[in-house]
Amino acid sequence: MSASSAFNDEKGGSSSVGEPEYGHDPASGGIFSSDYKRHDDLKEMLDSNKDSLKLEAMKRIVAMIARGKNASDLFPAVVKNVACKNIEVKKLVYVYLVRYAEEQQDLALLSISTFQRGLKDPNQLIRASALRVLSSIRVTIIVPIMMLAIKEAASDMSPYVRKTAAHAIPKLYSLDPEQKDQLIEVIEKLLADKTTLVAGSVVMAFEEVCPERIDLIHKNYRKLCNLLIDVEEWGQVVIINMLTRYARTQFLNPNINESLLEEGGSGDKTFYGSDEDEDEDEEEKEKKAEAAAMAKRKPYVMDPDHRLLLRNTKPLLQSRNAAVVMAVAQLYFHLAPKAEVGVIAKALVRLLRSHSEVQYVVLQNVATMSIKRRGMFEPYLKSFYIRSTDPTQIKVLKLEVLTNLANETNISTILREFQTYIKSMDKDFVAATIQAIGRCATNISEVRDTCLNGLVQLLSNRDELVVAESVVVIKKLLQMQPEKHSDIIKHMAKLTDNIQVPMARASILWLIGEYCEHVPKIAPDVLRKMAKSFTNEEDIVKLQIINLAAKLYLTNSKQTKLLTQYVLNLAKYDQNYDIRDRARFIRQLIVPTEKSGALSKYAKKLFLALKPAPVLESPFKDRDHFQLGSLSHLLNAKAGGYQELPDWPEAAPDPSVRNVEVKESVPEWTKCSSREKRKEKKVEKPFYTDSEGESGPTESADSGNFRLLALIAWSFFFFDSISSAHNRGVCLGVFLQTIAPSSALKSYELLHRITGEGLSVEYCFSRQPFSPDANMVAVQMQFTNSASSDTKNLHIEDVKLQSGMRVKEFPEIELLPAGETATAVMGIDFCDSTQAANFQLCTHTRKFFVSIQPPVGELMRPVFLTENEFKKEQGQLMGMNEITEKLTLDVKCRNEHAIVQRVTTAANLSRVPCGSDKECRFAGRTVTSGSLVLVTVATKEEGAAQLTVNCEKMVIGTMLVKDILQALTQ
Amino acid sequence: MIHSLFLINASGDIFLEKHWKSVVSRSVCDYFFEAQERATEPENVPPVIPTPHHYLISVLRHHIYFVAVIQSEVPPLFVIEFLHRVVDTFQDYFGVCTEAAIKDNVVVVYELLEEMLDNGFPLATESNILKELIKPPTILRTMVNTITGSTNVGEQLPTGQLSVVPWRRTGVKYTNNEAYFDVVEEIDAIIDKSGSTITAEIQGVIDACVKLTGMPDLTLSFMNPRLLDDVSFHPCVRFKRWEAERILSFIPPDGNFRLLSYHVSSQNLVAIPVYVKHNITFREGSSQGRFDLTLGPKQTMGKAVESVLVSSQLPRGVLNANLNPSQGTYTFDPVTKLLTWDVGKINPQKLPSLKGTMSLQAGASKPDENPTINIQFKIQQMAISGLKVNRLDMYGEKYKPFKGIKYMTKAGKFQICPYNTPFTGFSLTVLTNQIHVFR
Repeated sequence: MSASSAFNDEKGGSSSVGEPEYGHDPASGGIFSSDYKRHDDLKEMLDSNKDSLKLEAMKRIVAMIARGKNASDLFPAVVKNVACKNIEVKKLVYVYLVRYAEEQQDLALLSISTFQRGLKDPNQLIRASALRVLSSIRVTIIVPIMMLAIKEAASDMSPYVRKTAAHAIPKLYSLDPEQKDQLIEVIEKLLADKTTLVAGSVVMAFEEVCPERIDLIHKNYRKLCNLLIDVEEWGQVVIINMLTRYARTQFLNPNINESLLEEGGSGDKTFYGSDEDEDEDEEEKEKKAEAAAMAKRKPYVMDPDHRLLLRNTKPLLQSRNAAVVMAVAQLYFHLAPKAEVGVIAKALVRLLRSHSEVQYVVLQNVATMSIKRRGMFEPYLKSFYIRSTDPTQIKVLKLEVLTNLANETNISTILREFQTYIKSMDKDFVAATIQAIGRCATNISEVRDTCLNGLVQLLSNRDELVVAESVVVIKKLLQMQPEKHSDIIKHMAKLTDNIQVPMARASILWLIGEYCEHVPKIAPDVLRKMAKSFTNEEDIVKLQIINLAAKLYLTNSKQTKLLTQYVLNLAKYDQNYDIRDRARFIRQLIVPTEKSGALSKYAKKLFLALKPAPVLESPFKDRDHFQLGSLSHLLNAKAGGYQELPDWPEAAPDPSVRNVEVKESVPEWTKCSSREKRKEKKVEKPFYTDSEGESGPTESADSGNFRLLALIAWSFFFFDSISSAHNRGVCLGVFLQTIAPSSALKSYELLHRITGEGLSVEYCFSRQPFSPDANMVAVQMQFTNSASSDTKNLHIEDVKLQSGMRVKEFPEIELLPAGETATAVMGIDFCDSTQAANFQLCTHTRKFFVSIQPPVGELMRPVFLTENEFKKEQGQLMGMNEITEKLTLDVKCRNEHAIVQRVTTAANLSRVPCGSDKECRFAGRTVTSGSLVLVTVATKEEGAAQLTVNCEKMVIGTMLVKDILQALTQ
Repeated sequence: MIHSLFLINASGDIFLEKHWKSVVSRSVCDYFFEAQERATEPENVPPVIPTPHHYLISVLRHHIYFVAVIQSEVPPLFVIEFLHRVVDTFQDYFGVCTEAAIKDNVVVVYELLEEMLDNGFPLATESNILKELIKPPTILRTMVNTITGSTNVGEQLPTGQLSVVPWRRTGVKYTNNEAYFDVVEEIDAIIDKSGSTITAEIQGVIDACVKLTGMPDLTLSFMNPRLLDDVSFHPCVRFKRWEAERILSFIPPDGNFRLLSYHVSSQNLVAIPVYVKHNITFREGSSQGRFDLTLGPKQTMGKAVESVLVSSQLPRGVLNANLNPSQGTYTFDPVTKLLTWDVGKINPQKLPSLKGTMSLQAGASKPDENPTINIQFKIQQMAISGLKVNRLDMYGEKYKPFKGIKYMTKAGKFQICPYNTPFTGFSLTVLTNQIHVFR
């Protein structure tokens, strides 16, 4: 279809050959024929051999798309260029493709193979971008291809590709929701990923695809909490919002023992406390509160995981990103013990200095919070003062907050502020201010009279809107205690002569009717005037005139009988149904006739019943059942996809679901006795002994392991098309073998028990990816406290490094009880040198100078290469970069298995499949610079062998040769 | 998350659209135009507008509305913050963010938007990463590109996204290594007619321009860090260090960035550097009003107050103003009734003043409000809070950089309200008096 239409277009274009073809301004709009012409010259440019012409054409096409012009007829011409060498042309073609693929599904398929090729590129960024575009093409036919690509990318070695895979999940889900189950598996796998890069994106995918599967979070909860501060800001928002929901289902309400009555009371006083020492204070306080509560009720003890969340999110209140600050604020509001919520006020007030849109959203949330926790914002009262330059919507919201914050002590200052606002030129704002005064008056009885009098004075304002608004508010206030204020009612009665705003007139009439007994002389006179002007009044006023007439008839029929009849007669012929109906109804009710029923006896009770005073309350009341900071909260209506914030559970669910086996602890590993057990654990461990296999740990059952194995095997297969069953076997063999040595990692001593005064520290290179920084070598330390007293605050200080080297310290170990052992992981970027990292290991009492020097074999990480790739790379690392050494193998080390084991123990390399059994090949990359390290051990007769190391970095190469030589000969 | 983005100019034309998921018809903007019509002022358009199938979240910057279309629940601030980040990026790339600049660079804009969001979720928003992906257009590069046909798209793939310091690009090299820091403070204040302060706050930022080779690790310490009450950091700042030692320790991004914004605790008294004496009166029955305004320096620690600009929204009844400035120039726009007086520098020996008459609409009643006066000014070489940088050290690189620190104080939202606020509570008499005075 589309091809033929394109053909027609070309025809249409060819009829006008001879016209100037180039130099058309794409911005000038044109009639259709000229459009065809222009498209024709674009096609010609796209078909040319010159990249510059193609680029020019693509730029013009993208400009058309940007302006919303249809450029779909160019699809065949554009899609041809998807494999163009020029990177900018390529990118623009991607833009075009993603925009129109949905409309031209068949043609879009032509481009797919290009991306499939890209998915296998050795460069991680190209793999990622291919996946990104592929998954953005909304064509249902390619769903299986996408699914495969996502699964594969989720196990990619590069965290960036895994991130892209996480991004692709919601795309595929929206294209085909039936893939949900498979996608959840991928999500589960990615959730276990330990890198910060992936965390935000995968939680995003989780929220879009399966927000109800809260059980997937358990095992990853602590990790997410700990990674949070290093995740990019957008990811932080998503994670925090999700964790809020999670915490609501898993922990107990921390305020459970506090009486709900003392709102804004003494409980909030601590919010000022300096931030630093708060945590400790809190803990102490909690203990005390705990003790007190023990006596009367079930004691509340905060789950340590709940505390972890609160502690790890708090620093993010300092983020420059308003969305992050808001997310933390809502987390604290929904989850923190009352005494701790105060810390968020300062940060929220800071956001009020941002752009007006940010202010708008923040103020909405502050308005809701200030109802529940007034005390929190009271010290910042002045920050909510209104400036004449604020937009009206901001002014009104600030007014709302000020009103919520008003109490007996600050009301005089607030009213003083209100008083200046009334003089503003912004009439909508003035009206809102008057209403706010009314609300203050109802809430705080001390100032009711003052407010009322102030409002009465406003009745003589020259602005009618001000007067009208005052009347409406006064009406509400008077209802609370009418008897005291008959003079005000009289005053208002006089206003009927001047005031024209219908709502105000109606309010006055209602007031007079309701309290006609307080103004017996004036009321009939008002009715007389109204009867005169009845026909010209607005409908709401007419209704109130009828009401007034009825009430007067019932109380003072002598004076008003005729007037009432007159009014009712007028109303009988009114144009409005409602008014006619009302008149008929009232006549039947109040004028007794022989036909009138029993109701008329009760007419007086009906009309002059005591009416409850209206409650003036904030429109933000009860909005906090929506999660704060959400769109639904802002609109006060449930938006699509909103996840309800669950109520706290009655009893806490089992906290042990969050326990994770200590995966990084090598000692644990060595304890594993049975072979099977070890094998299972292996799969859980991020093995990156091969490159494409990947992966974060999976917690799934056996079938999951199988799938994983299959996947890896499959991916090997995929990457080397010539590989056969034999090859696959080798792959699996490699996979199992290369892991084995890591269970016997060599550990080194950092601090001896005697020098460390009871504290001994050992370290080993765990060969795990160091998640906060891929360029660092993970060093696992094991602390043993063999002294008789506890050791506290174990941390690192005063790191002395060669230039370029970096250290990522392990989180401080707060307490190491006597006789206990703890492990921690730190990262060191050695810059591909074997120079030592020196630092001080500090406890709460002592400091020890220690240093870590890496063996050269630990400065690399394994990569997977196929035999062909290996040969190709080796061919490029000849000459100076190749070091060859002859050796005689140790007697015990003459079979293939032993060689592999010794080499992989000496250096963190992975085995490369090899056709010949006389050769063992290994590959890796240096951790910092990523230079390839290739090792070949060729065996000959009688233990003679030749070792070849190819490495761009000659120093590393030389040292590695030495180390491997030693390993193989002894 | 973000489905589509529309850019709308002041006259209501949609001049750019971009979709990240399936295409949303631009007719969805009709709901926006409706809301725009209802709002009297451009800044009063609600930032969030619900429509039957979508939600529109918009920000207004440089007279352009950036309208994002979303379909389901998402924190509104998330979208708003992102849109502002987009505007900042455009400004960074093109110098200005105007309709003309966007139209001229529509391809770069499109490429940027493509990189910033993936499927509506932010992907790369750090300017350093984006600049590696897409080079900002300069005149020279545009010329070279047209001649050689080379491109603005970075040839090498960005590695910044992969590093542990995603905000810094790799392989930075300079011949002159420089690091400049500007400490800029703004005073927000409301001052009543008698000159007493109703509220005053200082908020400051430290903007940095760092051009250093390699991977420098900087620390910056203050003489008086206790002054800072509330701070927010660029992600590069190590929070732990600040918590423990009150030292800013960071590996800076390359180029311009905002290191820190802070708020000086409101417990400290804020020095107000200028005072205003003004008398604006209207008399009943007369078609004339008197205008008299004098400015003077106060608590400036000997530094000159510069770039002073006074503006005031006069009441609607004022037809024209005939004023006489002792220095500078003034303008009065009879349509918007906005009076602005560009004063320049305040000379303490000869205080600037603006005096004269205003003509009112004949027959109209006397305006019942007095105008608020807004003031802008600048004071160089002084941070009004007294904040001082102690030292700046660099680790990790061997060369000696050139370091510079500049201080400046500016007026933020600095306004003089036309009334004396009573010091006793809200009382009937005060209110009555004021109402009667203006009758």
